[in-house]
Amino acid sequence: MTYETPVAAAPSSAVASAPRSDGGGVALGRRRGTVATVIMAVLALVWLFPLLWALVNSFREYDYTQANGYLSFGGWTFSNYEEAWTRANFGLHMKNSFLVTVPAVLLTLWLSSMVAFVLARFSYRFNLTLLGVFLAANLLPPQALLIPVFRMFREIPLPYFMSDSGSMLNSFWALILVNTAFQMGFCTFVLSNYMKTLPYEIYESAQLDGASVWRQYWQLTMPLVRPALAALATLEVTWIYNEFFWATVLIQQGDKLPVTSALNNLRGQFFTDTNLVAAGSIIVALPVLVVFFALQKQFVAGLTLGSTKG
Amino acid sequence: MAHIDEAPQQAAAAAPKQGREKRLPARDRITVILMVTVPLLFVLLLVWVPALGSVALSFGKWNGFGDLDTIEWVGFQNYRDIATIYPPFWPAIQHNLIWLGFLFLFPTVLGILLAVVLDREMRGSRFYQTAFYMPVVLSLALIGFIWQLFYSRDQGLINDVFGTQVDWYGDPEINLWAVLLATAWRHTGYIMLIYLAGLKGVDASLREAAAVDGAGEVRTFFNVIFPVMRPINMVVVVIVVIESLRAFDLVWVINKGRNGLEVIGALVAQNVIGEATRYGFGSALAVIMMLISSIFITIYLRTVFREERRG
Repeated sequence: MTYETPVAAAPSSAVASAPRSDGGGVALGRRRGTVATVIMAVLALVWLFPLLWALVNSFREYDYTQANGYLSFGGWTFSNYEEAWTRANFGLHMKNSFLVTVPAVLLTLWLSSMVAFVLARFSYRFNLTLLGVFLAANLLPPQALLIPVFRMFREIPLPYFMSDSGSMLNSFWALILVNTAFQMGFCTFVLSNYMKTLPYEIYESAQLDGASVWRQYWQLTMPLVRPALAALATLEVTWIYNEFFWATVLIQQGDKLPVTSALNNLRGQFFTDTNLVAAGSIIVALPVLVVFFALQKQFVAGLTLGSTKG
Repeated sequence: MAHIDEAPQQAAAAAPKQGREKRLPARDRITVILMVTVPLLFVLLLVWVPALGSVALSFGKWNGFGDLDTIEWVGFQNYRDIATIYPPFWPAIQHNLIWLGFLFLFPTVLGILLAVVLDREMRGSRFYQTAFYMPVVLSLALIGFIWQLFYSRDQGLINDVFGTQVDWYGDPEINLWAVLLATAWRHTGYIMLIYLAGLKGVDASLREAAAVDGAGEVRTFFNVIFPVMRPINMVVVVIVVIESLRAFDLVWVINKGRNGLEVIGALVAQNVIGEATRYGFGSALAVIMMLISSIFITIYLRTVFREERRG
C-alpha cells in the first residue's frame, strides 16, 4: 500500500527519536509525549533563533560588537534603526510597496471572485478548462515570461501623470498588473471552492426575486464569502509585499523599487556592518510579521483552504 | 402571497439539476461574459501570450533594441549553444537538481514529520506551529539578509563561534549549501502547514480502526494515513519541484547567480538585464524551464481536477 515517493523516508527518524513501542500504555504514552515535547521545544527555539538573533543584534553598537565579539553582552543602542532608515531611504520604499500591494491585492480579489462566482454558480462545459487556464498560469515560472513581458512593457507608453518613466517599464502599474495576473489562479481556485459550499437555493430565491446576475454576485455571494476573502487578502498582502523577481527586473529606477527588492541595492551600503543589516532586516520584516501575528488565523486558513481541496 | 409559498418547493425540487440553467436574460448573459472575459484577458495577455512569445523568440537572435523584424531566425541554434558553449548552463542544471533533492530530503521530510507530531493534541502545539511557520511570511530575499548574520566572514556568528574564516556566501564550494540551509528554514514550515491541514481532514475512524487492528503508529502512518493523503502528497511534490525550479531570490541578492550559485532562473534574468541582452538565448533558457514545469503543472492539474469531480 505504501507509495514509493521521496517523502516516504519521513517517519523513520521519528522512530529514532521516540521510543519504539506499539503497546501504547499510559506510562509509555506519557514518556513518548515528553520526548516529543522536548524535541519540539528545541526545534522551535532553533527556528526562532535567526529572527531573535537579528532582533538582538539590531540593537547593538557596531563598535562594541567589533571590540568584544558577537557572543558578548552589552552595547545597546537605537542608532542602527535611525541609520538604516535614513541610509536606505526605507520611508520611500515602504510607500512604494504600499502603492503596489494594496491595489494589486484588491484587483486580484475582485477579478478572481468574479471568475470564481461564474465557476461556482453555473456549470458550463468550459468550467474546468477555464480553471485550468488560471491555475496553470499561477504555477508557471515567472522567468519563462520575462522577456516578452519586459519588451512589451517597454513599448507601452504611459502618460506622464501615470508614471514619470513614460512607459510601463519602471512604473507601479506594471507591477500591479503582473502580480494580479499571476495571483488570480490561486484566488480563483480557493474562492470557487468556497462558493460551491453555499446552498444553491439562495440563488434560486434570488432569481425569483428578479435579482440580476450581477446583484447575485455583488450583494448575495460576496458578503457570504467574506471569511475566504479575508484569508486570501492576508496571504496576498504578504506574497505581493514579498514579491522580488518582477520588481527586480521591471523596475530599474532605484527610487521606484518596493522595499523587498530595494534590499538588493542596499547590500553595498550595508555590507561592512552586520548590525545595520540586522536593523534593516527587522524593518523590512516588521510589516509582514505584524500582519502575521494580527491575522494568524486568516493566514493559516488561506493556505489550508487552497491545499486541502487541492 | 399564495404563489410565493409555493415557489420554494418548486425550487427545491429543481435544485439537484444544478447544471440545467434556464436561459439567462440577455443582460445577465452579457454580465457573465464580462465577468469571465475581463480576468481572462489579464491572464492571457500577461501570462499565456508572453509564454508563447518566449517560445517564438527562442528560435531567433535578437538584442531587443530594434523592431521585431530585426530578429534573425536561427532555428535550434540557441538550444545547441546552451548545451555546448554556455559554461554556466550545466552547473545551473546541477544546482537546480541539488536544490530539488535537498528540499525533498530535509525540509520536506522534516515538515511532514513535524505535521504528524503536531497533529496530536499536544501541549504548546500552537506555539510550535507559530515558530515553524513564522519564516514562511518572510521573503527569500530578506532571508538571505537575515542569514548573513550567520554567514558573514568577518562578523558572522558561525565563524565567531568556531573561530573559522570561511566565506559562506562567497566560497563557490560551499555557498550553495549555505543558501539551501537558509531556504530550508522557510520551506519546512510551509510543508508542515500544508500537511497539517491535510492530516486534519483524515477521518479519525480510520486511525481508530487501525489501532483496533493492533497496528503501530509507524505502520498506521504508512499503511493508512499516507495513502489517504495521496492528493496532498501530490501537491507537496509539485510545490517542491516548482519551488526548486523557480529558485531565484536568494541567489540574486547574494551575487546575482554566479560563482557557485548558478541556477536557471538567474541565468534567464542575466540575459535580459545583464550586460549583454541576448533575448533569443534567454528565451531558450526560459523555454527549458517552462517545459520542465509544464510536466508538473499537468500532474498538479490532474490531481486537482480529480478531486474536483469527486467533491
